[in-house]
Amino acid sequence: MSGPILLATSGRILRQLRRDRRTIAMLIVVPVLLLFLLYYMFDGAGQRFDGVALVMLGIFPFVIMFLVTSIAMLRERTSGTLERLLTTPAAKPDLLFGYGLAFGVAADVQGAVACAAAYWIFDLRTAGPAYLVIGIAVLNALLGVALGLLCSAFARTEFQAVQFLPLVVIPQILLCGLFVPREEMAGWLGGLSRVLPLTHAVEALQQVGLHPEPTAVMWRGVGIVGGCVVLALGLAAATLRRRTP
Amino acid sequence: MATHSSEINGPDVNDPAINGPAINGPAIEVDRLTVRRGGRTVLDGIGFSCPPGSITGLLGPSGSGKTTLIRALVGVQIITDGTVTMLGMPAGSAALRSRVGYVTQSPSVYSDLSVAENVRYFAAVFGLGTAEADRAIDDVGLSTAARQVTGSLSGGQRSRVSLACALVARPEVLILDEPTVGQDPLLREDLWDRFHTEAAGGTTVIVSSHVMDEANRCDRLLLLREGTIIADGTPADILSRAGTDSMDEAFLSLIRHSMAGGRSTDEVTS
Repeated sequence: MSGPILLATSGRILRQLRRDRRTIAMLIVVPVLLLFLLYYMFDGAGQRFDGVALVMLGIFPFVIMFLVTSIAMLRERTSGTLERLLTTPAAKPDLLFGYGLAFGVAADVQGAVACAAAYWIFDLRTAGPAYLVIGIAVLNALLGVALGLLCSAFARTEFQAVQFLPLVVIPQILLCGLFVPREEMAGWLGGLSRVLPLTHAVEALQQVGLHPEPTAVMWRGVGIVGGCVVLALGLAAATLRRRTP
Repeated sequence: MATHSSEINGPDVNDPAINGPAINGPAIEVDRLTVRRGGRTVLDGIGFSCPPGSITGLLGPSGSGKTTLIRALVGVQIITDGTVTMLGMPAGSAALRSRVGYVTQSPSVYSDLSVAENVRYFAAVFGLGTAEADRAIDDVGLSTAARQVTGSLSGGQRSRVSLACALVARPEVLILDEPTVGQDPLLREDLWDRFHTEAAGGTTVIVSSHVMDEANRCDRLLLLREGTIIADGTPADILSRAGTDSMDEAFLSLIRHSMAGGRSTDEVTS
């Protein structure tokens, strides 16, 4: 791995993103629009809105970054630029961490805008500080990036890549404790829920909602999600082959 | 006479004083290379070698194995048997990655970036700066289009962006898969001049093509059909062997001859 190549790769990905104004607008505006919908669904600010909006601040970046990354990486594979890069001194981590860094920067902007809207426009209240919410939201974005990079290896077309959303993302949303509290789930469902990374991200966010100071449960959640990011990136690196049939 | 002509025509490509330290032995050496894919034999025990600073044309009908051979030379093809040695190392070795340039058949560049952004990115990957990138853009005649988004360019211009991304590293071996497809005759001429300039500087060039009138611009030709080399020699050898003065006719005749069954004894020796 080389610092300059990693930074050049991140810069290149951000430059590609910059030329795609519509995607930038979607990245920034869509979470705010969805918060607006939630706000009116729950008849304005209040405890129920607080609970759901807080979890949503973690789910939006995860879903959006998963989609953006899996398509971007698939384009890299199908355009031949990936094969070309693998014949150059660029190492696999340069590429994967380059993607992680570039979309991590995009996620920072997205998370900051969504949180600003949630706290200032929609009057979200949390016991803990907003920076922890943004931090966990960005970590979730990285989880989306890492899983997106991994899943793109198993898709040949953009149609197939999009199909990983219902397969990989939606079960995590259903089981993360947003719809049914995990304690009320059947034993096997609760167990399944515990092995899905998004569950731990949501738990960490809920801890920030309930406690003014970071708690041990929050740090455990953050640690598990961080571990999953590293694991998924490692597996994604294993799917990048310099030699192919 | 020979010394005179080399003085008149510029640098002698075989002169180590001009090329820097000579590579011991051939720049490219392929021995009994076999590639099977999905039960089909794509390359069937082929062998050849290329001296440093030479331009070798890889010709053959589509499906003859040209692209597979090129991918094996670059080291991205899983091979079934045989060896591919580049600059004295097994193809695909880490040490070769900044010394071997590869240009794929369809331009592998970022269509949503400008010409300059593409070439500068690949320059950065090779540890080079913007000056080298700008030089490579100039080398392929795209200086005036440098700020344009690559996706808005013509197909021919896009493949020149792809070429610039390889030339920027000043590779010792340049491997080009159909680089002149979609180029108008004038640009094709410019590209061939570029390849000859690179070769005169000591770069070993392999060019695949199915445009036979380009064959005359190579030092040496390999004609591939169904994964075997059915002719190997200089353009003059190939023409005299086929008894014609048109490359098109020569290839048709050699291909028909090989289909008639005499392919193992078909090597033209130069």
